[in-house]
Amino acid sequence: MNVQESATPDYKPEFLFRLLEKMLLIRRFEERSAEMYGLRKIGGFCHLYIGQEASGTGTVAAMDLSRDFVYTAYRDHGIALACGMDAGQCMAELYGKENGCSRGKGGSMHFFDVSRHFMGGNGIVGAHIPLAAGHALALGRQGSDGVVACLFGDGAIHQGSFHESLNMASIWKLPVLYICENNQYGMGTDFRRVSAVTDYPVLAKSYGIAGSHVDGMDVLAVYEAVSREVERIRNDKKPGFLEIRTYRYKGHSMSDPAKYRTREELDAYQKQDPILLLKVQMMQRKLLTEEQYIEIDQKSVKTCDEAVAFAEAGAEPALSTLEEDVMV
Amino acid sequence: MAELTMREALREALTEEMERDDRVILMGEEVAQYNGAYKVSQGLLDRFGPGRVIDTPITEEGFTGIGIGAAMGGLRPVVEWMTFNFSLQALDQVYNNAAKMRYMSGGQISVPIVFRGPNGPAEYLGSQHSQALQSLYAHSPGLKVVAPSTPADAKGLLKTAIRDDNPVVFCEAELMYNWKGPVPVGEVLIPFGTAAVRRQGSDVTIVGFSKPMARIEAAAQELEREGISAEVIDLRSIRPLDRDTVFASVRKTNRCVVVDEAWPFASVGSHVAWEVSSACFDHLDAPVELIASKDVPMPYNHRLELAVQPSVADIVAAVKRVTYRH
Amino acid sequence: MAAKIPMLALSPTMESGTIVKWVVSEGEPYKAGDVLCEVETDKATMDYEATSAGTLLKILVTAGKKVQVGDAIALSGNAGENIDALIAETSSAGVSPEAENKVAGDAVGGNSIHGTKRDFAKDSTPGSTATDHLPGGVRASPLARALAREKGIDIAKVEGSGPGGRVVKEDVERSMLTATAASPVRQPVVIEEDTVIAVSGKRQVIAARLSESKTASPHFYLTVKVVMEALIAARAGINAQSEARLSFNAFLIRLVAEALKRHPEINSSWNGDTIIRHGRVDIALAVAQPEGLITPVVRNAAHKGIGEIDRELRDLVARAREGKLTPQEYTDSTFTISNLGSFGVQQFTAIINPPNSAILAVGEIFREPFEEKNGSIGFRSVMNCTLSCDHRVIDGAIAAGFARDMRYLLEDPVSALV
Repeated sequence: MNVQESATPDYKPEFLFRLLEKMLLIRRFEERSAEMYGLRKIGGFCHLYIGQEASGTGTVAAMDLSRDFVYTAYRDHGIALACGMDAGQCMAELYGKENGCSRGKGGSMHFFDVSRHFMGGNGIVGAHIPLAAGHALALGRQGSDGVVACLFGDGAIHQGSFHESLNMASIWKLPVLYICENNQYGMGTDFRRVSAVTDYPVLAKSYGIAGSHVDGMDVLAVYEAVSREVERIRNDKKPGFLEIRTYRYKGHSMSDPAKYRTREELDAYQKQDPILLLKVQMMQRKLLTEEQYIEIDQKSVKTCDEAVAFAEAGAEPALSTLEEDVMV
Repeated sequence: MAELTMREALREALTEEMERDDRVILMGEEVAQYNGAYKVSQGLLDRFGPGRVIDTPITEEGFTGIGIGAAMGGLRPVVEWMTFNFSLQALDQVYNNAAKMRYMSGGQISVPIVFRGPNGPAEYLGSQHSQALQSLYAHSPGLKVVAPSTPADAKGLLKTAIRDDNPVVFCEAELMYNWKGPVPVGEVLIPFGTAAVRRQGSDVTIVGFSKPMARIEAAAQELEREGISAEVIDLRSIRPLDRDTVFASVRKTNRCVVVDEAWPFASVGSHVAWEVSSACFDHLDAPVELIASKDVPMPYNHRLELAVQPSVADIVAAVKRVTYRH
Repeated sequence: MAAKIPMLALSPTMESGTIVKWVVSEGEPYKAGDVLCEVETDKATMDYEATSAGTLLKILVTAGKKVQVGDAIALSGNAGENIDALIAETSSAGVSPEAENKVAGDAVGGNSIHGTKRDFAKDSTPGSTATDHLPGGVRASPLARALAREKGIDIAKVEGSGPGGRVVKEDVERSMLTATAASPVRQPVVIEEDTVIAVSGKRQVIAARLSESKTASPHFYLTVKVVMEALIAARAGINAQSEARLSFNAFLIRLVAEALKRHPEINSSWNGDTIIRHGRVDIALAVAQPEGLITPVVRNAAHKGIGEIDRELRDLVARAREGKLTPQEYTDSTFTISNLGSFGVQQFTAIINPPNSAILAVGEIFREPFEEKNGSIGFRSVMNCTLSCDHRVIDGAIAAGFARDMRYLLEDPVSALV
C-alpha cells in the first residue's frame, strides 16, 4: 500500500511505539468489550471506538495531562485508555463491579479518572461542551497554562450547547480546544443530511474561532494538529477548533447493526485502518518488524485477558453503596 | 443587628463570601455592568472586577454548564438565573451534570455551585414568567434546595450555600427583595435542614416556605382573633428537610395545613403533606390539608392572578376545616 | 494464543442458538467483522461476526447443534498453534458455569430498598414518640375511632394491636365480642385457630402431578356394575385350598390385565404427536400412606398367576406403607387401579395417573336385590367400577368396549383362560 509520509520531523522510535501500543491496546480492549457484551457481562450501552483509535491517541499524546484536562462524550473507552487509565479498572467498570473506575456506579459512558485529568465519559449529547469551557474558565482564574480538550461527535455539533459554549469561550478567551470527531454518522444519520453547513470549521469561525480539518486515520496528523493548537492556546488563551475526520468500524452502539452504510464504504475505511497506517509507516522507516508488531499485539491481548480477570474477580458493590456519593 | 432588605442581605452574603474566598465568582445575565436585573449584585463588579463578576449572553444552558464545569475545575461559582422560569433551559445541565457528577464518577468529582434567582410568581407577568419550580429541583437526588423568607435567613443560608461543596438551588422571589428585617452583624451561617418556628401555637401547625410566609403570618393573626392558636413553621430548607421540627409540632397540635404556592400535583407541599400524614398518623385529628395554587397556568389579569395563588382566606378556611370550626 | 470462541448473545433476549452452518472453515483465517457462522435463534437466523481477527483452528460445535450463550463453539488462534490443552478442556466441560456474583458486604436478595426507610421518617414508628398529645389521649386509627363511636365503645379501654399499641379496627371489633352490657367482667373468648401446615415435598409432587393430569387430560367417566358372585366364589374356593390367602386385589389385577391385553388402546400413553400403545401391562395399585399416596406397580400382570401377583403385592404394599419403594417400583405403569371399597365407598371417580390414559376406581362389594330369571327377587353381590379415560387417547366406544369386556372377565373369571 502507498502511504504518504508526513512532511514533518522524524519522531523518536519510542514515541511511535507508544502510539502503536496505545492504539493496539484500545483496539483489543474494544474487541474484548464487544465479546463480553455478547456474553452479557456488560449490559446497557457500549459504544465502541474501533476505527477511531488514531483520533483519541493522537489527541492525548499531544497533551500534557499534568496541567491539561480532557472531556469527552460517551464513546469514551478509547480516550480513557489513551489518558492512561487502567484497562482492568475500565473493564471492571463495564462489568459494574466495585473495583471499576467509577466503583460500578457509572458504566460504559461514565469512565472518570480525576487523577489523570480525564473528566469523563458524559452521556447527554453535547451537554459536556459547556463543562469544558467552564473548566477552562477555572484554569484561567487559577493562573494555570493548562488547556482543556473537549471531544464530541458530529451528532453533537448542532446542539445549542455547542454554539453557546463556543461563543462564550471566544468572548472570554477560554483555553479550550474543541475537537469534533466526525465519524460521519450521528447514530444512523449521515452528517450531510442534517447539517446546513457540513464544513464544521465554518461553524467555529462564526464565533471567531479558527479551525481546520484533520485526517483522523493518521495518528501523526492528529498529533501534529492537536500539538499546534494546544501550544497556541497555551500562549494566546483563545479557544481552538479541529474537525477530525474519522470513521467507526462498528455500529453506533452494540444494538446498532449499522445498515445505513455500505459494505464498500466500510471496506474502504478498513483499508485506512489507523493501526495499519502507522505500522506501515514504521516498517517503511525500518523502525518496526513484523515480529515486534505481533509481540505488541500479543501484549495487548494479554492486558485484556488480565483486565477481564480483574473484572471477573471484582466484587459486586454492596447494596449500601447505592446511597454513597450522592452528596459530599 | 442591622435592618436590611432581603436584596441587601443577599448582597452582603455574596460580598462577604467573595471576599473570603477568591474562588467564588458570580455569573449570569446583567449581573455585572447592569448591577443585576434586581440589583442584588449592585456594586460587585466594581469591587471584584470582571474576572469574578461575569456578564453572560442569554444562554442559560450554556452558562449554567460553564458554571458547572468551572466548579468541576476548582472554582466555587454562583450562577444567577434571572428568573427560575428561564432555568428550564438549563435543567439538563443541573439534573444530568451537576446532580449526578459525583455519583457517576464514584465519588471522584464534586460540584460546589450555587444556582440562585427569583422563583415563583411576581405580578402581572403572565404564565411563562410566574412559575414556582422548587419541586423540580427538590425532586432530584444530588441537589440541595433552600428557600429563605426573611433577610436574616437569606444571608445566613446563602453563605452556607456558597460554602457547601454540593450543588445548591437557592430560591429567592422578586416580591421579597424589598422585605425588610433584622439581620445579625458578623459571620452568622444558618445550617441547612433547620426549619424555623415563627409562631408558637397549640391548635394547628401551618407549614410553608418562601413568599407565602407573609400570608401565613397574616392568616395566623386572623385566626388568633378568632381564638384559634396556630403554630407556624417556615421550612427554610426544602432539601434537606427538617422533619423533626415539623413532626414534633404536628404531634403537639394534632392538625396540619401545608402551604405551597406551586401547583398541587407532585409539589414540595404535597410531598410534605404526605410525609406528615404518614409519620404523624396517630396524632392527627383531621386529614392534612394542602393549600396550593390552582392547577392552571398563571393568567395575566391581576384579579385572576391573585385568585390562583394561596390567599389568607384559603389558609384560614383550611385551618377551620381541620379544627372543625366551620 | 489460542482461545475459545464463545456463543454470544446476538440479540438481547437470546438464550441459546443452533448453528445453521459454518461460513469459515477450520484452518481458514478471518478478519474482525467477518461472518464466522450462521446461528438460528428463536427469533431469526443471524450472522455471528468475529469480534477480532484470527484463524479458525477447530470447530467444536458442528452445524445442527444447539448451544447456550457462553458455550464454546470453536477455537481460534494463530495457524498451526497447538490446541490440545484447550480441546481437552472444552470436551470435558459442558456448559460454562455462571460467574458467581460475589457481593462485598451485605447479602443480596434481602428486602427491597423501598422497604428500608432511610432519609425520611426516621421516627415514623409511633412507639418512639411521646404518648402525650394523642387525640383523646388514645393512639387509634380514624376508622377505629369511628367504629368505637358508632358502637358506643370507650376506645380508651380497648387494647391496641397496631404499631406502638395503636387501636385499629380489629381491636374494636374484638372488644365488641367480649364486652357485655351487664357484667363488667370480660369473658374469655375461645378462638379456634387455624393450623398452618407446611407443604411437604411429597404433597407438592402429588399436587403438581394430579393438577396437571386433571387439567391436561380431558377426563370422561363410565361406570359398570359388576356381578361379583362368581369371582367371590372362585376366590373362596382357591383360598380354601391353598395356604396363602390370596387378596381380592390380586384377582382384580389379573383379570383387569387380561382385559387390557384384549384392549390395548386403553393400555396406552399420550405422547404429544404420538400415542404409545404399551406392549406390556403394568398395573399400579393406589396405596394410602401416612401423608399421601403411592402407586406400586405389578409388572407384566397379564402373564403372572394370581398367586404370584398376590405375593408381589404383599411385599410392595408393605414397603409402600413404609415409604421404602424404589422409583422403579412405583413409576412407569400402564394402568392404575384404585380401590376404596374397604371404606364403604360404593362408587367414585379417580384422577388418571400420568402417563396412563385410564384409571379404574373400584368401590365396595355390596348386596342388592335383582330380578331372577323366574321373576322372583334375589340378592347378589355387586361392585361398581368406574373407569376414567383420557379422551385424547380413548374414545367413548373404545372405553365402553373395554369396560364391557372387563366386566365379563370379572363376572366370569374362567373366561380369562380362553
